[in-house]
Amino acid sequence: MFPFSFEWVWDAAHIIFFGGLWYALSILGMGMTYVIFKSLYDVIWGKESEGH
Amino acid sequence: MDSALIPDGAKRCSFPVFAIGIAAVGAVLLWGVFAMFLIWFKGLNQTNMNDYYGFALWIWADLAVIAIGGGAFFTGLLKYIFGIDELKNIINFAVIIGFICYSSALLILAIDIGQPLRGWFIFWHANVHSMLTEVAFCLSCYFAVLVIEFIPNILENKQLIKIPFLRHVNHNMHGIMAVFAATGAFLSFFHQGSLGGVTGVLYGRPFGVREGLLVWPWTFFLYTFSAAAYGPTFTILVTKAVEKITGKKLVKDNVIRLLAKIAGWMILVYIVAKIIDTIYWANVTAPQLGFTLNDFYGHGFYRIWILYAEIIIGGILPALILIFKRSRENSTLLVLALILAVFGVCLNRWVMVLQVMAVPVMSFDQWAHYFPSWQEIATTILPVAYGIILISLTYRYLPVFPQEQELYPETIAAAKAEAEAKVQEEDAKKA
Repeated sequence: MFPFSFEWVWDAAHIIFFGGLWYALSILGMGMTYVIFKSLYDVIWGKESEGH
Repeated sequence: MDSALIPDGAKRCSFPVFAIGIAAVGAVLLWGVFAMFLIWFKGLNQTNMNDYYGFALWIWADLAVIAIGGGAFFTGLLKYIFGIDELKNIINFAVIIGFICYSSALLILAIDIGQPLRGWFIFWHANVHSMLTEVAFCLSCYFAVLVIEFIPNILENKQLIKIPFLRHVNHNMHGIMAVFAATGAFLSFFHQGSLGGVTGVLYGRPFGVREGLLVWPWTFFLYTFSAAAYGPTFTILVTKAVEKITGKKLVKDNVIRLLAKIAGWMILVYIVAKIIDTIYWANVTAPQLGFTLNDFYGHGFYRIWILYAEIIIGGILPALILIFKRSRENSTLLVLALILAVFGVCLNRWVMVLQVMAVPVMSFDQWAHYFPSWQEIATTILPVAYGIILISLTYRYLPVFPQEQELYPETIAAAKAEAEAKVQEEDAKKA
């Protein structure tokens, strides 16, 4: 549910629940976006993977 | 036949033997899938749930797999946040077990809601006053974390790692894995806790209800702590089972013993908290609601033994075995402690899901009986078969145990010699 949905209410419960959900999803999404772009960059510029 | 996919230096059974094994377990899986489709197409009338048992075998299985799957988040927390580096040798397998447990939990929920096509309603039409909404949010997000943590394992496959982009993805994911592990620990804390919180706020069910801190009943904290404590025992138990089946040592003893020792102390702290909670509940909370302890433990299967079994046999005993060096280093006692610990946490979840429903609440109520239908049993066994198949596939095709090659240097030498012989043979052909 997003704030522009008709069911949305600006109260603490909605903000805490959905704030937590989006926060977690944002971290995962940004993390994976970083990994994909960094990997593309590494491949394009021919950087050798050093293992882990 | 599939040797191109098997990790270098790893010795695995022949493909026909592997295929027969998978087919045998696959038959059980298909039985479960058949029951699952029956429930989806015909409805929840295929189960023996009723007005008393809105939560039944599935929810017990759900809570049990989530608890024993807690090894993934807790081992990840220890490895990536607390920096216990030895655990890198078991973290891959802990993640796979966590992945199996959480995907099973989601599958069970998809069956339990009866209308899986409306599963997304909980995100869009969320009841923001329900602990189960928090469970659904955190469970789904944590499963996403487990998928992310599982991807590098898959990318380690001998053929996939040859692709430059995937090799870089693997490397870069390892670079920021601590962020994912921390997010996973945060999500786990809340969904494990909220699962316990659900029982704790059932004010109409004095067997489950607890007092607590602010909006969180004590069961919230007990569930989180028990998952962190008991989860690693299941990880070690499955590792031991895989070692037994394959006839190979896969993780060094120092790693197993370290994790077992941590789990032992965690179980001890948890069980002390559980005993205090039980004493307070039996002497204060329940009497305030008009019940005595005997009211909860006086019928059929549900006698006082179940409380002692959970606390002593499934709690104190494994904790003591695991914290003392001498008993922990005895392999028979170690396995016994692991089995008892897994039994203990599963019994706890059974009691908190099913006994809660069985205990009469009103003066005119009777003890409610319930026995699952075959469809419920089949769909509960389904995740077990799925887990066995996934573990078999990952063990065969992925380098799940980093110490395997170190423990068997002769197989690496043999593999290298074989590869060299192949090269020489090809050179000879060309000449």
